[in-house]
Amino acid sequence: MDAQIAAILAMDGIATGAIYVLMGLGFVLLFTVTRVIFVPFGDIAAFTALTLAALEMKQLPGTVGLVVVLAVLAALMEIGAQLRASGARRIPRAILFYLVLPLLPVAAVWLVSGQPLPMFGRIALAILVVMPIAPLLDRVAFRPIADGSVLLLLTVAVVVHFALVGLGLLFFGAEGVRTEPLTEVTFNIAGTVVSAQTLLIVLAAIVFSGLLFLFFEFTATGKALRATAINRTGARLVGIRPASTGTVAYLLASLLAAISGVLIAPVTTIFYDSGFLIGLKAFVGAIIAGMASYPMTVAGAIFVGMLESFASFWSSAFKEVIVFGILIPVLLWRSFTTLQTDEDDSEE
Amino acid sequence: MKNLIRAATVAVGLALTAGAARADITVGFVTSLSGSGASIGIPYGRGIDAAYLYADSIGGQKIKLIKLDDGTDPSIASRDARKLIEEDKVDLLLGTATTPSTIAMMAVADELKVPMIAVSPIPTPAAPVADRWGISIVQPPPLMVSVPVDRMVRDGVKTVAFIGFSDAWGDLVYSGAKAAADAGKIKLVATERYARTDTSVTGQALKIFAAHPDAVLIGGSGTQGALPELALAQLGYHGKFYGTPALLNPDFIRVGGKAVDGIVVSAGPVIVAEQLPDTHFGKKLALAFRAAYLKATGKETTDGFSAYSFDAWMVFLDAAKRALAIAQPGTTAFRTALKDAILSTKDVAGVHAIYNCHPGQTFCVDERGLVLVRLEDGKWIYQP
Repeated sequence: MDAQIAAILAMDGIATGAIYVLMGLGFVLLFTVTRVIFVPFGDIAAFTALTLAALEMKQLPGTVGLVVVLAVLAALMEIGAQLRASGARRIPRAILFYLVLPLLPVAAVWLVSGQPLPMFGRIALAILVVMPIAPLLDRVAFRPIADGSVLLLLTVAVVVHFALVGLGLLFFGAEGVRTEPLTEVTFNIAGTVVSAQTLLIVLAAIVFSGLLFLFFEFTATGKALRATAINRTGARLVGIRPASTGTVAYLLASLLAAISGVLIAPVTTIFYDSGFLIGLKAFVGAIIAGMASYPMTVAGAIFVGMLESFASFWSSAFKEVIVFGILIPVLLWRSFTTLQTDEDDSEE
Repeated sequence: MKNLIRAATVAVGLALTAGAARADITVGFVTSLSGSGASIGIPYGRGIDAAYLYADSIGGQKIKLIKLDDGTDPSIASRDARKLIEEDKVDLLLGTATTPSTIAMMAVADELKVPMIAVSPIPTPAAPVADRWGISIVQPPPLMVSVPVDRMVRDGVKTVAFIGFSDAWGDLVYSGAKAAADAGKIKLVATERYARTDTSVTGQALKIFAAHPDAVLIGGSGTQGALPELALAQLGYHGKFYGTPALLNPDFIRVGGKAVDGIVVSAGPVIVAEQLPDTHFGKKLALAFRAAYLKATGKETTDGFSAYSFDAWMVFLDAAKRALAIAQPGTTAFRTALKDAILSTKDVAGVHAIYNCHPGQTFCVDERGLVLVRLEDGKWIYQP
């Protein structure tokens, strides 16, 4: 291995790592606010890529059917819950939030699909139509058991992942897709070819990490999210509804997943089931950060990307083994250095 | 009056018996019209439509075709096979799109003693089975690999790098390359693996690039088979690429673009039927198949799957002609005769290959069943 090979591998690793950064941030955000390890995260990213590809080929994306099914289910559940709790008074609000709002982008996609759209329009539409998926899943699967143990939430998340993969096959079909590159410009830096696509991925990771930081530091909603993350009961005592902060967290996470999906779509072929493994590697990055610290998650995700890139050079057959094998020393190290708290007890 | 009714009953009864004796040959066809195998299952279904349009009788005997969907589910395929045999009393089973479902159907065929022609590759049993009731119509997978490897040698390629999926298919292609390397025909300078869900193969490509092979053998399939070529092209690799029929997919060409131009893969002759020399066994029949396909489905055919269905029909027609001389359709004797006839198929030309079957063997195809094609400007061009 000479310096140039190392440079190319490092660049590849940083680009892959940047995707994991976006997803890892989403994992940590959701886990701290709702205590859910959101396994279907990668699936949502893959669905965004598939949606984008369908729009590019002037077809109606399968996401439309998926969102309609989820929205109807969520609206029915919300109406039922409201009827039991406070009568018919709040039903219009339930319909607005769980049926009308999610279906707006779907209607837009339905109207314009089949027509040629500029690339920016396609990307915006794909992100908008995918964004309601996670909040709707929250309403359908996680809200009813929001106070359950972390293990219960994780188990349900795994189940939701399998359900989503099945639905993905139903709505998107078995063929893989690859979208047009966002840009085909390449630079030559010190004898190494760098594609603008790679820079774009890294830039997106930096921009959205920065925006997330600003959001948490300077907005009331962001502070409410942090408060819920630090102590759910305490946050509730000062008037923050964990259910609504949860929805905000899911929307943000959906956005992060959708953006990583858009960025990864031109780099590789995405299948309906590609998301899981990508999400799992981002999850390894988040675990290195103990599922708690955002800056550490960024470092962890970049580390996983680099490790993967170099592992694929040294021993491609054992690449996944090396990436997931790193979990064992990391978990050992974390369990020796972190103070043990039983979080399920602290909730009571 | 009473006598009249009695006479009529007897007459009708006689007529029915006579009808039964002259029963049609019934063929049950199973494919995957839904589920994950649908993308290849649908062409299989269209192929059988074309075959039925091409010939729906043999030796003056009408053939009845029953088609079922297995949803890419081995348990449904198995149930379909049972239903076809027990309720519809089929004389022959054809199917299906995926290997696991085909194995499930073959088990039912062996158990209930109905001949079967598989249209997917199935594993050859370790020891020859005495009472095998079926064959597989496709080219044996090791042949799909050895044909392009032999071409490499002919092209003067000395050093070869292998990159393939980290699954059974990748292993199969790798063992083909390794066999050639062990025989001293080529030198394997790099062996790399990747997964269908990988987002990047830059690391593997760098390693291959550093080894400077004359050619790279691709052990991937479908769309994702283009990933190594794209990564290598980006690094500026200018060597040759070789592959297997697993890459014959319109999406492979779309995704691979310029990077996969010039790749040489093995393929059934039907893929390039128009370009074959007139003396080639498959040309005339392949053009007839294309015409029947267009008439049956209203679409042009470019895939190899529909042609497997068609070839299964050709082998069946030939065998049925010989079996009809021995027994009547719909009887146990006919099914046994049909099995024996299929297993002793000799020099039957299809659009993919010339079929020569032997009892105890699963595959009936030799190297004439594969030609080499080269991708030039998005089109597969025949390489004599």
